[in-house]
Amino acid sequence: MSILIDKNTRVMTQGITGKTGMFHTQTSRAYANGKACFVAGVNPKKAGENFEGIPIFGSVLEAKKTTGANVSVIYVPPPFAAAAIDEAVDADLDLVICITEGIPVRDMIMTKQRMKGRRTLLVGPNCPGVITPDEIKIGIMPGHIHKRGPVGVVSRSGTLTYEAVGQLSELGLGQSSCVGIGGDPVNGLKHIDVMRMFNDDPKTEAVIMVGEIGGSDEENAAQWVKENMKKPVVGFIAGITAPPGKRMGHAGAIISGGKGTAQEKLAVMEACGIKVTRNPAEMGRTLRSVLK
Amino acid sequence: MKIHEYQGKEIFRKYGIATPRGFPAFSVDEAVDAAHKLGGKVWVVKAQIHAGGRGKGGGVKVAKSVDEVRSLSRKILGMNLVTHQTGPAGQKVRRLLIEEGADIQKELYVGMVVDRGTQKVVLMASTEGGMDIEEVAAKTPQKIFKVFVDPEQGLTDADADEISASLKLPRSERALFKSLYKCFWDTDASLVEINPLIITGDQRVVALDAKINFDDNALFRHPELAALRDLDEEDPFEIEASKHELNYISLDGNIACMVNGAGLAMATMDTIKLFGGAPANFLDVGGSATTERVTAAFKIMLSNKKVKAILVNIFGGIMKCDTIATGVVAAAREVKLSVPLVVRMKGTNEDLGKKILKDSGLPIISADNMADAAKKVVAAIKKKAAKPTKKKVVVAKKKKAAANKKKAKTGRKKK
Repeated sequence: MSILIDKNTRVMTQGITGKTGMFHTQTSRAYANGKACFVAGVNPKKAGENFEGIPIFGSVLEAKKTTGANVSVIYVPPPFAAAAIDEAVDADLDLVICITEGIPVRDMIMTKQRMKGRRTLLVGPNCPGVITPDEIKIGIMPGHIHKRGPVGVVSRSGTLTYEAVGQLSELGLGQSSCVGIGGDPVNGLKHIDVMRMFNDDPKTEAVIMVGEIGGSDEENAAQWVKENMKKPVVGFIAGITAPPGKRMGHAGAIISGGKGTAQEKLAVMEACGIKVTRNPAEMGRTLRSVLK
Repeated sequence: MKIHEYQGKEIFRKYGIATPRGFPAFSVDEAVDAAHKLGGKVWVVKAQIHAGGRGKGGGVKVAKSVDEVRSLSRKILGMNLVTHQTGPAGQKVRRLLIEEGADIQKELYVGMVVDRGTQKVVLMASTEGGMDIEEVAAKTPQKIFKVFVDPEQGLTDADADEISASLKLPRSERALFKSLYKCFWDTDASLVEINPLIITGDQRVVALDAKINFDDNALFRHPELAALRDLDEEDPFEIEASKHELNYISLDGNIACMVNGAGLAMATMDTIKLFGGAPANFLDVGGSATTERVTAAFKIMLSNKKVKAILVNIFGGIMKCDTIATGVVAAAREVKLSVPLVVRMKGTNEDLGKKILKDSGLPIISADNMADAAKKVVAAIKKKAAKPTKKKVVVAKKKKAAANKKKAKTGRKKK
């Protein structure tokens, strides 16, 4: 078992004909069961054509009806990406993973509003994607650093997630699933949502939560962990040295109004029974220390 | 993106939000002209910089004659204004806003931001205007009234009436709050703040200040707003970096770092601090760094004269370590690197990357993991600082000797 995606997932790529979409569809397809998993592409202007044998459809709905794809990954450029999410939600897909970085916040507010009452889940935007090692990779993460195993990984950033995964794999600790929820202020699944799924997943034995400055998502997840989580959780928060009022790369990584500091988050996480480390080189070993 | 108060007020006027009459001025003469145009007996000379806290820093003054407008403008224009938001270095004042004086009876606060928790726009109002609102929020949160706006309906009449009531304003001010929300939404703002919103002696409600920030990701659809950018207010290193699609932020320390990915870059800074160093910058080279981009990054990092060492931390995923290594070697050669360079590489083509660094013949210090890299870069600075002390002593002696000679000379002259 795993969360969100596995080898039976069938994926369509929205924005398959762009440079990024093409490249990452190729690498995802080359990973584990990718060849069977990636079944469709969407581009209204290139319907009827194909990308290396993957048929391209004019709409998400058509791609779903014809191929049975239940998940979509989005590489559409920022001005059109929110509309791409809307289309996937309207087609009633199970899951939409939006990789695109730089979507206007206003667009995402409207998209999230439209998603109310719908069952489609959203991961991202501005995220590396989701991987279930040795089964399926949907996104831009390097597949080869992952290893199948018992650790769930949830993170707001890209390369810092790879860092955590790299450390785990080096210690011989594989991952059940790794979810990059993205660095934008208005987004889909939050730490708390992914934490719930890991709690329910019998194959996940421990979770590593990687956060960063800004907002209070990590605090909310920590509070939930304290009250509900049956498995050990370890955590790291990036940005102890980040100055207030400066946006550190990600739109959501900003300390504003004295809120969202790394110290504050770490303190709440510790108080909720999460084992935290302040040294990012120790994420893997900290996780190992809580495994039975 | 931030804009100036006078630009914010121009936008407010377009949305029918009352502001004092005023004109921007780039010179003392323009300031005097503005005062004449405005007429009246009282004027306010306001320094226009992007940072807040201008009044406390001495950048906002009341003038009771045109001569006073002239003398105050002369004083404020070109001054280095230091506020709690500028940092100790301060910000040079290059623009002024000359406004008619206002008869303030009561000061209120209104602000709008995107609330992450509800993923909606939140409008905040408080009767405690004119104060540091963060302090009000921390000490007396019950004094801040909040309305979370439904994105489909926008700010409704009912919302606006609730806000008016919380501020003890009459219902007739409904239009003000609806316009303010429209202004926020239409312009893709990330922050709109009026502090203070005043009630005048003749019971008018007027925006005495205007602070607007825009969502950088949405500027593509607002070229007229993008044109309001004032590069003088921004860090020159950050401007140069943005030209090369690098994400760079200046910090106070002396260890420059170049990392791929924002989260990893922050974590690298934290690790440097953890091992006793201080980062000089945040720099995310992004996911598709080329040799040219890495070279540009090195040049920007090294143009900061405080930098005593560089730490490169790359987790090669899509970006391959050998590509980065080639870039680092080329950049180090081109800039004739003179400070210690520690490189930590991990991931795709790691061995190939390490070999390129080793074969380059450059004195690059290789590190196995982030902690190791941070330790090594901190040690390298200490070592470098320790080494040339002998030389320094010699130099100091020479200087002393020279100074003595000079003294002797001047002494003679005096005679």
